[in-house]
Amino acid sequence: MTEKGVGARLVRKEDDRYMRGRGEFVADIKLPGLKDVAFLRSPVAHARILDIEVPEARRGAVFTAADMTGVRPIRAVSGLPGFKTSEQPPLASGKVRQVGEMIAVCVADTRAEAEDIATEVFVDFDELPVVSDMLAAREAGAPLVHEAWGDNVYLETTVDADVEAVAATAAIRVTREFRTARQCMAPLEGRGVVAHWDARLEQLVVYSATQMPHIVRSGLSECLGLDHGQVRVVAPDVGGGFGYKGILLPEEVCLGWLAMNCGHPVRWIEDRREHLTASANCREHHYRITAYADARGRLLALDAEATVDAGAYSSYPFSACLEAVQVASILPGPYDFPVYRCKTYSVASNKPPILPYRGVARTGVCFAMELIIDAVAREAGREPHEVRLDNLVAAEAMPFDNVTDKHFDSGDYPECLRRAVAAVDVAAVRQRQRRGEADGRRVGVGFAVFCEQAAHGTSVYAGWGIPMVPGYEQAGARITPDGGLELRVGVHSHGQGLETTLAQVANEVLGIDPDKVKLVHGDTGLTPYSTGTWGSRCMVMAGGAVAAACRELAGRVVKIGARLLQTEAGEVRLEGGRVVAPGGSVGLADVANVWYLHPQDLPDDVDPAGLEVTAGYKPERDSGTFSYAAHAAVVAVDTELGAVEIVDYVVVEDGGVLVNPMIVDGQVYGGTAQGIGTALYEEMPFDAEGQPLASTFADYLLPGAPEIPAIRLYHMETPSPYTEFGQKGIGEGGAIGPPAAIANAVNDALGDLGAELCETPITPRRVLAAIAAARGRGDAE
Amino acid sequence: MKPARFDYERPADLAGAVALLGDGDAFAKVLAGGQSLGPMLNLRLVHPGMLVDITRIPELARVEEDADGLVLGACVTHAAIEDGRVPDVTGGALARVAAGIAYRAVRNRGTIGGSLAHADPAADWLTCLAAIGAEVMIYGPRGRRSVAAAGFMTGVFETVLAPDELVEAVRIPRLSARARFGFYKVCRKTGEFAEAIGAVLHEPERAVLRAVIGATDSTPIVVGDASGLFDGEPSTGRIDRAAAARLLDEKGLGGDGFAKQIHLVALARAAIGVQRP
Repeated sequence: MTEKGVGARLVRKEDDRYMRGRGEFVADIKLPGLKDVAFLRSPVAHARILDIEVPEARRGAVFTAADMTGVRPIRAVSGLPGFKTSEQPPLASGKVRQVGEMIAVCVADTRAEAEDIATEVFVDFDELPVVSDMLAAREAGAPLVHEAWGDNVYLETTVDADVEAVAATAAIRVTREFRTARQCMAPLEGRGVVAHWDARLEQLVVYSATQMPHIVRSGLSECLGLDHGQVRVVAPDVGGGFGYKGILLPEEVCLGWLAMNCGHPVRWIEDRREHLTASANCREHHYRITAYADARGRLLALDAEATVDAGAYSSYPFSACLEAVQVASILPGPYDFPVYRCKTYSVASNKPPILPYRGVARTGVCFAMELIIDAVAREAGREPHEVRLDNLVAAEAMPFDNVTDKHFDSGDYPECLRRAVAAVDVAAVRQRQRRGEADGRRVGVGFAVFCEQAAHGTSVYAGWGIPMVPGYEQAGARITPDGGLELRVGVHSHGQGLETTLAQVANEVLGIDPDKVKLVHGDTGLTPYSTGTWGSRCMVMAGGAVAAACRELAGRVVKIGARLLQTEAGEVRLEGGRVVAPGGSVGLADVANVWYLHPQDLPDDVDPAGLEVTAGYKPERDSGTFSYAAHAAVVAVDTELGAVEIVDYVVVEDGGVLVNPMIVDGQVYGGTAQGIGTALYEEMPFDAEGQPLASTFADYLLPGAPEIPAIRLYHMETPSPYTEFGQKGIGEGGAIGPPAAIANAVNDALGDLGAELCETPITPRRVLAAIAAARGRGDAE
Repeated sequence: MKPARFDYERPADLAGAVALLGDGDAFAKVLAGGQSLGPMLNLRLVHPGMLVDITRIPELARVEEDADGLVLGACVTHAAIEDGRVPDVTGGALARVAAGIAYRAVRNRGTIGGSLAHADPAADWLTCLAAIGAEVMIYGPRGRRSVAAAGFMTGVFETVLAPDELVEAVRIPRLSARARFGFYKVCRKTGEFAEAIGAVLHEPERAVLRAVIGATDSTPIVVGDASGLFDGEPSTGRIDRAAAARLLDEKGLGGDGFAKQIHLVALARAAIGVQRP
């Protein structure tokens, strides 16, 4: 390890501009002649559009689907058998299927004026019955979101097994229903698009707050009928993504069309009301699970049915079924048990589409699985963590292929949990519970253990057959004439700190100071193709590609350096950014100077490709790395008000070799904060008419700094055997564990009242309802 | 989420302000700290023809203390009260309440008069000032008048103010030496709108025991003589739940068991929390 290489706690390079407010986000981009756009959005969830009346004076400033001839609808299909395809026109055509669906686009000098125009457009609706609940949507006779389908199910999948044979012998059988609320992802920066037509290059240039510029380019080309070469997508500084920016937006298609047809640049900046009431959501799952175990709680079989409310349209590129398909494959979690049956339904409803949010399906899966484990432990009369230890995949079994053929690459799951148990001091919590609290609150402790597949590639995605299958990741690397290094990658950093961590990788290989490394990313015109930033894949994939590119450069540098040192390449080594021979050394700047300015001094057999390479990378196995973690929460529950306070929170995680432990700390803290939001606060409710019931952050509660406890974080570092440096994807993990750990802690606190919560978020109203229900049943001990 | 077009005026004195408000041609809204009005404009929940910005009117920034109490001009900010930049006649009660209003950024600009005039049921000052027995001083084209804070709000976002009147100041009575004040707010997270507020003022010397149930669906419920509710001594936290529940039922809050529960708990905890200033 070098001082600033892999494993260094380097301060993030990009933070200098961010902390000074000097970042450049989409909304900061000004182009001559730029006009603002506002969308007229549907106020109703399901209706036929009979007529759209645009006032005579506003013609030319308002466009509808009828104007956008030749523009193709967004289609995000899956190759899985039985998948039903939705067609999402950028502007509603004939029918609206969710509140917030765009009907017309209004263009004016300012956003306020564009909003004024939108209020003057009249739409005549023939309202249709609404289906706003995913279980109701599955029932026969439910209103149809897409009439041609005959039902509301995008996709139904089955993993079958003979559960009945096990059920007959199991001493413990517990059945529960779980629900996780629909959420909004709420990045600091919302979506935003600026588009203009570059007449010189005959090219549509789209600046967009996106995680995947190359995928957006493909989608725009498809919808607008342009060659890929006629579209350039640029993601400038982006203020958080979390999955919300991993989508081709209908707004992007509309702005592209406007830029091509209106003769001036256009801009749309999503506001919070659009984010909350119109744009894509996440997380809404329902589970019905029966677990079978022996008398000690050793799992024998799991029988599950999962439903995901995928909303009105299948989003590009991840499709409406990715979430439920993932549920089927990862529900068994980090546990080793032999029999597993799971049926999943990806359901359409009159609500916005859902997208994969940090942790994707794992947050819901972990919630369901970890709560069922606690229910099993209660039946067995044992400490939940002890039951977990009996069921976790053992360290000596690694690498391990689980019941759904997930290949866990490395790690010691039981040790991770043991460390969390010790850190949170379960014995002390039990003692405290016996003593009681002076203020009358009830204390409880809860755990969640999970593993997280990340950077999974071709072999996993090819089977799902969605519009995007990741293959090799590439990086460009170029030594500049002054000895600096430019890296070009197709992934995009929107908070991950890639400008720092990829420079650390370059430092590890070339010894170059990270301050002399410039990362070029987020621009289809300047970077190699990539599916982008998602699935905690960047450090494994782009990190591997940058290492490969730097290694190839190193060979060329050494050859030129050896010549300058008047020796053979075999006699020198690259160290600290210098080519070192027994008799002296030259720096990268010396080598670059020769290549660019004094080619007469180059060796005769120099590689004519020079000091610029593009190299590709894929891990030895592309089935993914499996980081894992144990979360432990201690809560105090106010049984009069239903309030839950987190009094202690411990995370023990293993992300393999950590390229920058400080950045990983930040990722885990941030993710855990979002997970606490899922656990206790965040919920986007809809009424029976499909109306979103939260339209500002006064209704949609996000945790703030005072709601986040001082998280105690401990690392383990078990290298992945398959990646460049042993690193694993780690960016999402923090958001996975908290709902399960906190719910288990709340249920532990309320256990002797007989109350049990099985739904997120755990609101005061739900806590008091659970206590009241238990009292009604007479469950209290 | 940008406001519709409106005109903007910033009068230099009270007479100028009420003249604009009474103009009649356009629906005018008073702008003080703008912490509620600003978002409402952006969300287009209000469409005033004119905003009358009162923040440059010197009388509205006045702070006057006398033997009986304190007069705070309408444009005194929550932060000024929180920080003790105005005199204290309530043994720290006002500063304590101010510190719990929303977030510091809101408190820096939000004003006591603006909060009252906006009349959001969840607002802290409405409940607090009703419990403390403050008066709201009103200025209008027909002169000045005062109403008890307890009767100032008439409904959700509705007050006794005529369209051409504005809140000029609040008169805070000087609490007696042995006065104790309890305030308990239930909200989902720091800075969020209150779901329930309980406030209790106990002044043994003056035989005052007043309780207020705030953050209801409408106006605060003020119990002028709460000795029956608390069996005389509030700090035990024992309240006559049936009597308190009846008060809520009369307000139409009895139907929702959750709301009833948290209002009762807030009141009981306010009573337990009565502190000697």
